[in-house]
Amino acid sequence: MNFRRLFLIFTPYTWLLIFFLIPFAIVLKISLSDYAISIPPYTPVLDLEAGWAGVKEFLSALDFENFTFLTSDALYYTAYLSSLKIAFISTVITLIVGYPIAYGMAQAPDEWRPTLMMLVILPFWTSFLIRVYSWIGILSNEGFLNQFLMWTGIIDAPLQILNTNTAVYTGIVYTYLPFMILPIYSALEKLDGSLIEAAEDLGCSRLQAFWLVTFPLSRPGVIAGCFLVFIPALGEFVIPSLLGGSSTLMIGKVLFEEFFVNRDWPVASAVAVVLLLILIIPIVLFQRNEQKQREAEG
Amino acid sequence: MNRRFSWFNATSLTLGFAFLYLPMIILVIFSFNQSKLVTVWAGFSTKWYVELFRDEAFLNAAWVTLKVAVVSSTVSTLLGTMAAYVLVRAGRFQGRTLFSGMIYAPLVMPEVITGLAMLLLFISIGLDRGVFTIILAHVTFTMCFVSVVVSSRLATFDKSLEEAALDLGCTPFDAFKSVTLPIIAPAVISGWLLAFTLSLDDLVIAQFVAGPSATTLPMKIFSSVRLGVSPQINALSTIMISIVTVGVITASLVSKRSIARQRAEEQAAVRN
Repeated sequence: MNFRRLFLIFTPYTWLLIFFLIPFAIVLKISLSDYAISIPPYTPVLDLEAGWAGVKEFLSALDFENFTFLTSDALYYTAYLSSLKIAFISTVITLIVGYPIAYGMAQAPDEWRPTLMMLVILPFWTSFLIRVYSWIGILSNEGFLNQFLMWTGIIDAPLQILNTNTAVYTGIVYTYLPFMILPIYSALEKLDGSLIEAAEDLGCSRLQAFWLVTFPLSRPGVIAGCFLVFIPALGEFVIPSLLGGSSTLMIGKVLFEEFFVNRDWPVASAVAVVLLLILIIPIVLFQRNEQKQREAEG
Repeated sequence: MNRRFSWFNATSLTLGFAFLYLPMIILVIFSFNQSKLVTVWAGFSTKWYVELFRDEAFLNAAWVTLKVAVVSSTVSTLLGTMAAYVLVRAGRFQGRTLFSGMIYAPLVMPEVITGLAMLLLFISIGLDRGVFTIILAHVTFTMCFVSVVVSSRLATFDKSLEEAALDLGCTPFDAFKSVTLPIIAPAVISGWLLAFTLSLDDLVIAQFVAGPSATTLPMKIFSSVRLGVSPQINALSTIMISIVTVGVITASLVSKRSIARQRAEEQAAVRN
């Protein structure tokens, strides 16, 4: 019995230690190392054969140079700020688009709900890459949106939408919409309809009843949805590289290029460490919201 | 409450679903386009499908992706189910906080960071990059999704059923096999499906850890999409979208039927 228990704990634990925790220790270590033209392209390399002296020498060679470099080069902090801005604005737009859909689903006749639910989940199972790709044909200069707008006569010349931040916002809103709809829907679904009737009986207009009763009660879902969009959007790589232009700065793309194009591993690692530090705040807030939710239900 | 569609709800649902589905519908329609231009209709044709199936590089990439997805999702379902069991049933043990932290962290970790960290690990232990390293990376990030799905099912089911089986003389393994497993099976299956789709879908992590010798389908799609839209990609997308659509509709029909059957059984039991 005890051996069984040990085996059960030991197997996934060791796997995660080796393939999840140790890699992050390596990232942290390389972020403190210096760039070098060698294989691997950083120094110092830990020399265990030299014993304690080797470890000491190794530790003394580590410094925060890469992090100071991140603050001195405008590229990096602009990229962090612009990622935060893009993630924030996309989250707000996703909320504005997603809330009415979730609301409509929660108000729909019972026999419709499973179908509506399936329609929201289906895009989630469809390839992310394909969903992003589908927008290239729509937003490009000779794409459907421009064709349509020119046909209606609203514009005379095609608008440049693809390769701008607008395209990035569209891509993020589109791909992360189900993550916003589902938690809001599950909060609204639990809502007791008689509360709204009571508010209306007490003289609220429908809009007032919505603002004073429905929206506050759906707030946990709204908060969860916002974090579920904001957190992945912050480190997004595929959307800015396919839909964004050269002026679109997002930190995921900067990290990728630092590693694969400039081959500067120490700086790429430092970029990753700082991104993680930034992400810890929303992640902790999200966990706290979930915890509160569970306590309220349990 | 009012249970008909009000005009407001009907409009918001119509617009919302149009937004979600129109891009994909356009994609599918233009995969049957005669012209090489994906935005101008020039007549019906299936030639892009024919070309897709003649393209060795795409077929190879699809084969690699399928292999990676089947192996990694199976291993990750095993590990993820074990991890879920540990989280829900093992009680307190040394390092439990770290364990649950490691289970939940990959769920919110940006893919660029996971990919970078994995790659640096593989380089520092001198592991040759290829299909094997993609599998290792995929197991690691998908097992956490599996364990979240399975542990939510485990947490809601009555522990005394297991204890009853043990009291009645089952070995712990028998109790697991004949009591616990059938109950958590739906969650294990959906965990596997989730891991499988995540693996099929992953671009960023594979891009980091694949090395020059292995190319997965998303990597192939990404590199050709960067050069611009091509009707061949539309054809491939159409195939993938149809597989997912058929799968999801079948799954929802099956679960609907099993719920109906369960209800009928319950009613029969009440009547007896």
